[in-house]
Amino acid sequence: MRPVFAIIHKDIAIEFRNKESISSMLWFGLLVLVIFSFSFDTSDAEGIKPGILWVAFSFAGILGLNRSLSMESDNDCLQGLLLAPMDRGDLYLAKVAGNFVFTFAAEMIILPVFAVMQHLHFDLKLLWIVGITIAGTLGFVSIGTTLSMISAHTRMKEVILPILQIPMTLPVIIAAVTSTGMVLGEDTRGISFPLSLLGVFSIVYLTASYLIFEYVVEE
Amino acid sequence: MKRQTLAVLSLVMIPVALYFAIIYAPTEATMGHIQRILYFHVPQAVLSYTSAIILGLASLMYLIKGDLKWDRLAYCSAELGVLFTATTLVSGMIWARPVWNTWWEWDTRLTLQLMLGLLFVGYHMLRSYLPEREKRARLSTVFGFLAMLDVPINYLSTRIQEQHHPVVLGPGGGGMEPSMQLALLISMIAFGILYAYLLAQRIAIAKVEEEVEYMEQVVHA
Repeated sequence: MRPVFAIIHKDIAIEFRNKESISSMLWFGLLVLVIFSFSFDTSDAEGIKPGILWVAFSFAGILGLNRSLSMESDNDCLQGLLLAPMDRGDLYLAKVAGNFVFTFAAEMIILPVFAVMQHLHFDLKLLWIVGITIAGTLGFVSIGTTLSMISAHTRMKEVILPILQIPMTLPVIIAAVTSTGMVLGEDTRGISFPLSLLGVFSIVYLTASYLIFEYVVEE
Repeated sequence: MKRQTLAVLSLVMIPVALYFAIIYAPTEATMGHIQRILYFHVPQAVLSYTSAIILGLASLMYLIKGDLKWDRLAYCSAELGVLFTATTLVSGMIWARPVWNTWWEWDTRLTLQLMLGLLFVGYHMLRSYLPEREKRARLSTVFGFLAMLDVPINYLSTRIQEQHHPVVLGPGGGGMEPSMQLALLISMIAFGILYAYLLAQRIAIAKVEEEVEYMEQVVHA
C-alpha cells in the first residue's frame, strides 16, 4: 500500500503548493449557487434546494476531475507515474483518494455557504447531508477518475469528460438529490434505499475500475 | 446466415408485421388506434437494450481476447443502439401526446431510455475523438463495459421516481388479448430479423472502412 500513500501524498503536496484544484472547484461551485439563487425564488419552492446543491457539487466535481486530468497529462507526468513499479489498480485507488479529498474539501466549504443562502439551520440535518455528500462524492469520483483518464487520451479532453461523466453518474445524482430532499423535508422514511444505491454504485465502480484500469493507462 | 437471406427475410416479415399490427389486431377499447404503436414501440425498446447488452459483452470480450472483431461488434451494436433508442423515444412520445396529454414524463422507463441514448452517443463521441485504431478500441471498450454496468444501477435509481408508464407484459402487467399478443410476437420477430440484418450489414461496412483506414495510413506513411 506504500506506493498508494506516496501518490496521495504527492497530489496533496502539489495541491498545497499551487491550490489550483480546490480553489477552482470552490469558486465555481459558489458561482453556481449564486446564479441559482438569482434565477429561482427558493423561498416557496423547498423542492429545488437539494437540486441546487447537487448541481453545484457535480459541476464543481467535474471541474476538479478536469484539473486532476490536466495535472497528469501536462508535461507527460502520467508517463512518469506509470514507470513506478506498482499495480495499475493501486494507481487508480490513489487517484480516487486524491480526487475524493479535493472534491470533498471544496464541497465542505460550499455546503455552509449554501446553508446560509438558503436559510437552513446549522443542526443535525447538515450532518446528515455531510454523510450523503461523502457517499455521493465517492461514487462520483470512483467513475470520474476512470473517465478522466480515458478522456486524457482524446483531443478534446475538457469537452469529452462531462459528456461521459454526466450520464454515467445519473444514479448518483438521483439518489443524492432524493436523500438530501428527504433530510431537508424532515421525512426520512425510505432513505435507506437511495443511500444503499449510492453505496452499491461506489462498490461496483471501484471494483470494476480497479480491475480494468490497466487498459486505461496502457500506452 | 447470409446477409442476403436476412435481407429477404426482413423484407417479407416487416409487411407481415405491419398487416398484423394495423389490420389483424383488434382496436384497443379506451385508447383506440393510437395503441397500435405498441407493436413497434416495444420491439424497438427491447432491441435498444439488446444493443446495450451486446455492447457490454463485446467490450468485455475485446478486453479479454484483444481481437478487434469484438470492438467492431461493440461499436456497430452501439450505433444501432442510438437508432433504436431514438425510435423508441419518438414512438413513445407520439403515443404519450394523446394518451397522457404530454410529450414527456419523468418516469422510470423514459428516463432510463433517455440515459441509454446519451450513453450510446457519449460512446460514439469518445470514439470520434480517438484517432488511433488500437487506442480507440481499447478506451472505448472500457467505456462500453462501464456503461453497461450503469444500466441496472440506473434502473434501480429511477425506481425512486413516480411511475406512469403502462406495464403490459411481465409481473404486474395488465395482460393482452391473445390476438394482440400474436401481433406483438410477430412484430418482435420481424424487428429482431431486421436488427440482425442491420447489424450484419453494419459489420460488413465496418470491415471495409477499417481496410480503407489502414490503406490510407500506409499511403501517408
